[in-house]
Amino acid sequence: MSMTEKMKTPGFIALIVATVLFLIYTGSFVGMIGFLIIFGIPYFAMNDLPAYASTKDKIGKYAFLAVCTVIFIFLILPILIIIPLSFNAEPYFTFTEGMMALDPTAYSTRWYEDIWRFGMTAPDGTENWWHDMWNNATWIRAMRNSFFLAIVSTLLATSFGTLAALGLSRPEMPYRSAITSLLISPMIVPLVITATGMFFFYGGTMQGVIPGYEKGLANTYLGLTLAHATLGVPFVIITVTATLSGFDRSLIRASEGLGANGWTTFTKVIMPLITPGMISGALFAFITSLDEVVAVIFLANVDQRTIPRQMFSGLREQISPTILAVATILVIMSILLLTTVELLRRRSERLRGLSPG
Amino acid sequence: MTDATLSTTGAAAPLLAADGTPLKEKLARTTRRMKMRALLLTLPLVLFLILSFVLPIGQMLYRSFNNPTGSNVMPNFAQAIKNWDANQGIPSDDLVEIFVKDMASAKKNREVGKTIGNLATRVNYEIPGSRSLFTKTARRAGKITEGPYFEALVKIDKRWDNPNVWRTLQRVTNDFTLSFYLAATDRKYDSSGAIIMADELYQIYLPILWKTIWLSALITFLCFIIAYPVSYLLSTLPLATSNLLMILVLLPFWTSLLVRTSAWIAMLQKSGIINNVLVYLDIIADESRIQMIYNITGTVVAMVHILLPFLILPLYSVMKTIPPSFMRAARSMGASNTYAFTRVYFPQTIPGIAAGTLLVFILAIGYYITPALVGGSDGLLISNLIADHIKKTLNWSLGAALGTILLVVVLLFYWIYNKLVGVDNLKFG
Repeated sequence: MSMTEKMKTPGFIALIVATVLFLIYTGSFVGMIGFLIIFGIPYFAMNDLPAYASTKDKIGKYAFLAVCTVIFIFLILPILIIIPLSFNAEPYFTFTEGMMALDPTAYSTRWYEDIWRFGMTAPDGTENWWHDMWNNATWIRAMRNSFFLAIVSTLLATSFGTLAALGLSRPEMPYRSAITSLLISPMIVPLVITATGMFFFYGGTMQGVIPGYEKGLANTYLGLTLAHATLGVPFVIITVTATLSGFDRSLIRASEGLGANGWTTFTKVIMPLITPGMISGALFAFITSLDEVVAVIFLANVDQRTIPRQMFSGLREQISPTILAVATILVIMSILLLTTVELLRRRSERLRGLSPG
Repeated sequence: MTDATLSTTGAAAPLLAADGTPLKEKLARTTRRMKMRALLLTLPLVLFLILSFVLPIGQMLYRSFNNPTGSNVMPNFAQAIKNWDANQGIPSDDLVEIFVKDMASAKKNREVGKTIGNLATRVNYEIPGSRSLFTKTARRAGKITEGPYFEALVKIDKRWDNPNVWRTLQRVTNDFTLSFYLAATDRKYDSSGAIIMADELYQIYLPILWKTIWLSALITFLCFIIAYPVSYLLSTLPLATSNLLMILVLLPFWTSLLVRTSAWIAMLQKSGIINNVLVYLDIIADESRIQMIYNITGTVVAMVHILLPFLILPLYSVMKTIPPSFMRAARSMGASNTYAFTRVYFPQTIPGIAAGTLLVFILAIGYYITPALVGGSDGLLISNLIADHIKKTLNWSLGAALGTILLVVVLLFYWIYNKLVGVDNLKFG
């Protein structure tokens, strides 16, 4: 410990001096803070070098950590930056001078209000306001479409997918690799090709095949649901087979040996162990559907636009910070989903006795 | 129990199961039943995917070499000209008579896909500028009542005297055609029916296909360069810290593609954050802001960011299995840092590199949304052209042919991935 302490003091002074020099050279306070972050974080992560490390080792390690810090900033900054940007009072995609000076009037929640106001016939009216918002506001309708599609297609993909994963993970499964390749392929085949195929098939060939859908499945919720369920299947397969790969099959034999029938074994032994993997898979399928836009572009009409479809046309036609407000909500949702999946993964590992945490 | 022991004992007196059947037979029957049961579990999903995914794509493949427009519009003529020898130049008057009659009846047809307009568009793909020839002739075809029909046609338009028109008509009325593959690879038939390259100026698809492939390779390479140090750091840190830092990788992975693309628009545009910071730091002047978006740079930066987690995750899971003592052992036996890394560490990470780079390459080559939003006109990829043909120009067969070519490339890499890595090893996190 004392060696690392001793090593730290001169390095720390050098870091501060370099930062101040940077400030004097560029005359920029923001730049100085950036400099301090990029070179300060590696400095504080340097404590695990062995005492015999040479100066060359230290410089190498330090440079490596600095590079990694920059990469992490590259990964996360674009996602975090849209959160403050969405509170812009002006209709721009950039920080105004007022925002930089932390002027309260430069910030507003008008773009969040825009989510439910845009597209309403009378956004300030009182009579039937809720009805108007629920049915006419563009983004609200997009959200309703998105969530409806995501939930139904997730249910489809998860139930079929879990069943198939149970089959695939059996040791006696024949043609395993061929069938797995087929089931994963919706993730591999470029979306444009899948969507084109569906556009012809659902729109043309399926005309009159299903009662009630004489004009085919294009521009119908059924067609979109099938498309999204298809695209969600690989994620369910991958996640559930991963859970099942660590599954101790002697538990099944133990259960059968103790006299349980197949159904009891499934509900009391298999299900509780694979549920975390199943939920993770379902969340993956959910987020895939929620994020999917190519199939929607090819298969949906204006009334069936989803959130990403609305963002897509927004980014192409008139860029407005409403997109950033929606994006912020989506980021918060991804944080929640990510947390859930992480917790489930740890729980599943703990249940299977793979890791102590 | 192995087969060998079964058969040696079976030679003396066959082992019997409780119900009296030979054990070997019973075992085989049980194995078969278990195999069937496993297969049955996957059956619903396989059927579902065949209906919702395989058939649609198969139909698209079929469409790329089957275009029935010609025979739909002129059924009799299509039959008659099938066996005609194109080297005769001009068809006999009997054939022309059938043509004129078909033309006249097609003029009255209003059914979608069977009008003169459809045929004119179809022929126009092969002979640019020939649209008016058909619309004009169709208007007057009903008035031609007696022969010689050929002279009557030439009177309407001199271009009927050109043997190439008839040669093309014979090709067009054949349902099975390679012309869309030719068009998709910037080739065409010349007036003698031979296949030639299109003029340099009109070559669109091959250059875009090559650009897509090399841009995907570049993106994969950049992802690799960026992912390698980060995965190494994550795999060497204590579990608690690496789990925390992993969030920085997983959050982008879970964030909507559209959100990340709009974030990059906010970052890279001319009045965007990076330009603002550069101006603020006096690195560039206010009037010389850099154009970083709506071009190749925008596509590459945004796609690297979006695809990066697909490389970090497999690399990380491979690196985590490499014991740190290997590197220490190499160092203690006198290897330099570089030598220990290139000869001991790096070779062990190759499975992760193969898995990650192949996956990123496969995903990059078919990307559509990001290039469409931040690619401007020169950052477009092959997917964008396919979508344009399907949604805008409505040349569906050409779109399908381009799609088939892209699909073949992707499936080739998927096959390599399957051979090298195996789909079962695909994992997230």
